[in-house]
Amino acid sequence: MSSFAKPLKIALGLIVIAGLIIVPMNFNRYGLFILSQWAVMTIAAMGLNLTLGYAGQVSLAQGAFVGIGAYAAAIMTTHGWPLPAAILVAIVLSFAVGWVLGYPALRVQHHYLAFVTLAFSTLAFLVFRNESWLTGGIYGISNIPRPHIFSFATNKPLPFYYVCLGSLAIVSLAVWWLIRSPWGRAFMALRENPLRAQSLGIDTRRYTLMAFAIGSALGGVAGALYAPLTQYIDPVPFNLSLSLDLLMMVIVGGAGFYFGPFLGAMIAVLLPEWLRFTEGYYLMLYAVAVMLLLIWSPTGILGILDRYLAERRTKAASALRAVAKSRLETVQ
Amino acid sequence: MSNLFDLLVAGLATGAIYALVAVGFTLLWQTSQTINFAQGEFVMLPAFLMLAAMHAGAPFWLAIILGILLSMILLGLAFKMLLVDPMMRHGVLPLAIATMALAIGLKEAVKQFFSAEASPFPSIVPTGDISILGHAVSLQSIGVLAVAIVAVFGLTALLNRTSLGHQMQAAAQNPTVARIIGVPVERMILLTFLINAFLVALASLLITPIYLAKFSSGEVLGQAAFIAAIVGGFNQVRGAIAGGLLIGVLDNLAAAYVSTQYRAAVPMIFLIVVILFRPQGLLGRAEERTV
Repeated sequence: MSSFAKPLKIALGLIVIAGLIIVPMNFNRYGLFILSQWAVMTIAAMGLNLTLGYAGQVSLAQGAFVGIGAYAAAIMTTHGWPLPAAILVAIVLSFAVGWVLGYPALRVQHHYLAFVTLAFSTLAFLVFRNESWLTGGIYGISNIPRPHIFSFATNKPLPFYYVCLGSLAIVSLAVWWLIRSPWGRAFMALRENPLRAQSLGIDTRRYTLMAFAIGSALGGVAGALYAPLTQYIDPVPFNLSLSLDLLMMVIVGGAGFYFGPFLGAMIAVLLPEWLRFTEGYYLMLYAVAVMLLLIWSPTGILGILDRYLAERRTKAASALRAVAKSRLETVQ
Repeated sequence: MSNLFDLLVAGLATGAIYALVAVGFTLLWQTSQTINFAQGEFVMLPAFLMLAAMHAGAPFWLAIILGILLSMILLGLAFKMLLVDPMMRHGVLPLAIATMALAIGLKEAVKQFFSAEASPFPSIVPTGDISILGHAVSLQSIGVLAVAIVAVFGLTALLNRTSLGHQMQAAAQNPTVARIIGVPVERMILLTFLINAFLVALASLLITPIYLAKFSSGEVLGQAAFIAAIVGGFNQVRGAIAGGLLIGVLDNLAAAYVSTQYRAAVPMIFLIVVILFRPQGLLGRAEERTV
C-alpha cells in the first residue's frame, strides 16, 4: 500500500503547490491579502506547533512574538534597512526573548506555564502601546515599505503574496528538516516522557529552552512579514487574542501533526471570510464550527484523518492475519 | 491618607467581585479540570439576559430572578452537557480551546442580537455616600462588598458544614474513591457548574451598574478573575477569595501610585512572581505531580 501511496502524496503536494502559485493570479486585492495573511499566520502557527505540538510546552505568547517581529521590521524598514536584515533581527530578537521565556518552563509545567506566558503576552502588549518613542504608541507605524527582491519591486499585492508564499516554503522545509533531525526526536521525547528523555541522556533543560526559542523565532519571522503586508501596524492586532487565535489554529489543525498549522490557519483565516455572506453571524458560526469540530475530534482535523488511517491499518492487518492463519491451518 | 482609604475600599469592592468570579473558576477546575476561558463572558451575559427581561416588560426584581435562572440553565446546565461532558475525557487543552471559541461566540451573539453599544444597567444599591470614620464611602461599594461577603460565606458554609458540601469536596479531590463510598460524583459536578453559573450571574448584577453592559466587558474581568484564581491558589476556594481581594486592591493602588499606562502590568508581574516562587498559589496546596 505504501509503495503507491508515496508517489500519490508527492503528486498531491505538487498539485497544491501549483494551485497556490497559479490560482491567485486573477484574485483581487482583498483575496490576495487574505491568502498572504494565511501564509504569514501559518508560519507563526508552525512555530507554536513546534513548541506545543512537538515539545509539549504550552505557550500563550506566540502573538507577542509576532508583535516583536512586526515592530522590529516596521522600525528598521522605515529607517531604510532592507527587509531581509529586518527578518534576521526579528529572528535573533524573538529567539533571545523566547529563550528567556523558556526559563519558567523549567520550573513549572502545563497550565501554570500557560499562565506565565499569558502574563508575558499582556506585558508585551503594554510595552507596544506605551513606549511611543519606539513603537509610535497607539498611533502605530505607517508607510511600512515592501521589499525589493533582486531589484524587483513587490509593492503590488501579487508579488508580495509570492514573497509570503516563498517564505512559507522556506520555513516549511526548515521545520520538515528539524522535526526529522535528532533535535525533533528529542523534542518529541520531551513531550512524551520528560523523565525518560532525561534518563536517556537528553539534556531536557537545553531542549526545553530550544523548543521555546525556535518556536518564538518563527513567530518573529511571521511578524516581520506581517508588517510589510499590512504596511501599517499598531498594538491592537498583537494583544492576547492573537496568541489565543494561534493556539486555536494549532489545536484545531492538529497539534503535533506537520500539516496541522496549515489547516488550522486555513480555518482561522479563511473560514470567517467564506462565512462573510452571513454578515453579522459569521464569527458566531465560526465559533460554533470550532466547538463542534473539537467535540467531534479533540485532536483536530488531522486527528480525524489519523484515526481513520489507523483503523484501516488495523483492519488490513487483521485481514492479513486471518489469511495467514487459514493458510497455517491448511498446512497442518 | 484619606486617599489611600478610598482606594482600599474601592479596591476591596472590585476585588470582592473578582473573588466571586475566581471562586467559580476554581470550582470548575477542581471538579472537572475545566479551564474556562469564557468565564469573563459568563459574567457579561447575565446582565444582558436581565436587560432583555426588562425590555420584555418585567420589573427589575423579576428580571433579576429570571436572569439568574436562565444563566444557571445556559451557563451551568447547557455548558456542562453540551461542551464539557463530551470533551472532558480528552484532556485539558482541547476543552480550554473550545471555551475560547465559546467566548467568541457569546460576544458575537450579544453584539448581533442585542447591541454593540454599552447599555446602562440599574443598580441594586441606591447611589449616594455615607460617612465612615470621617470618610465618605459610596453606598455602592458597601453594597457590593456586603453581597459578595454573604455569597462567599454562604458558599464556604455549604462546602465545609453540610454533607452536600463534603460530598462535593470528595468528588473534586478523588472522584474514584468518592464513587466507591457512594457519592453521586456526576451530580456533584453538575452542582458545581450550577453554583458557578449562580456566582457569575451575581457578579454580573454587581459589576454591570459600575462598568455598563457591553459585549466586550468580559475580557478584562475574565482575565482579572483568572489571575486572582492563580495568585490565590488554583485549587482552593479561600485562595481564590484572597486572590480576588488582593488583585482588586493592587489594581486600584497601581492605578494611583504607579502609572495609569502600566497599571495592568502590576498584577501580571505579581502573577509571574507568584507562579515562579510559589506555583501552588499563596494559599494553595501543592498539586501532586501526575507521571
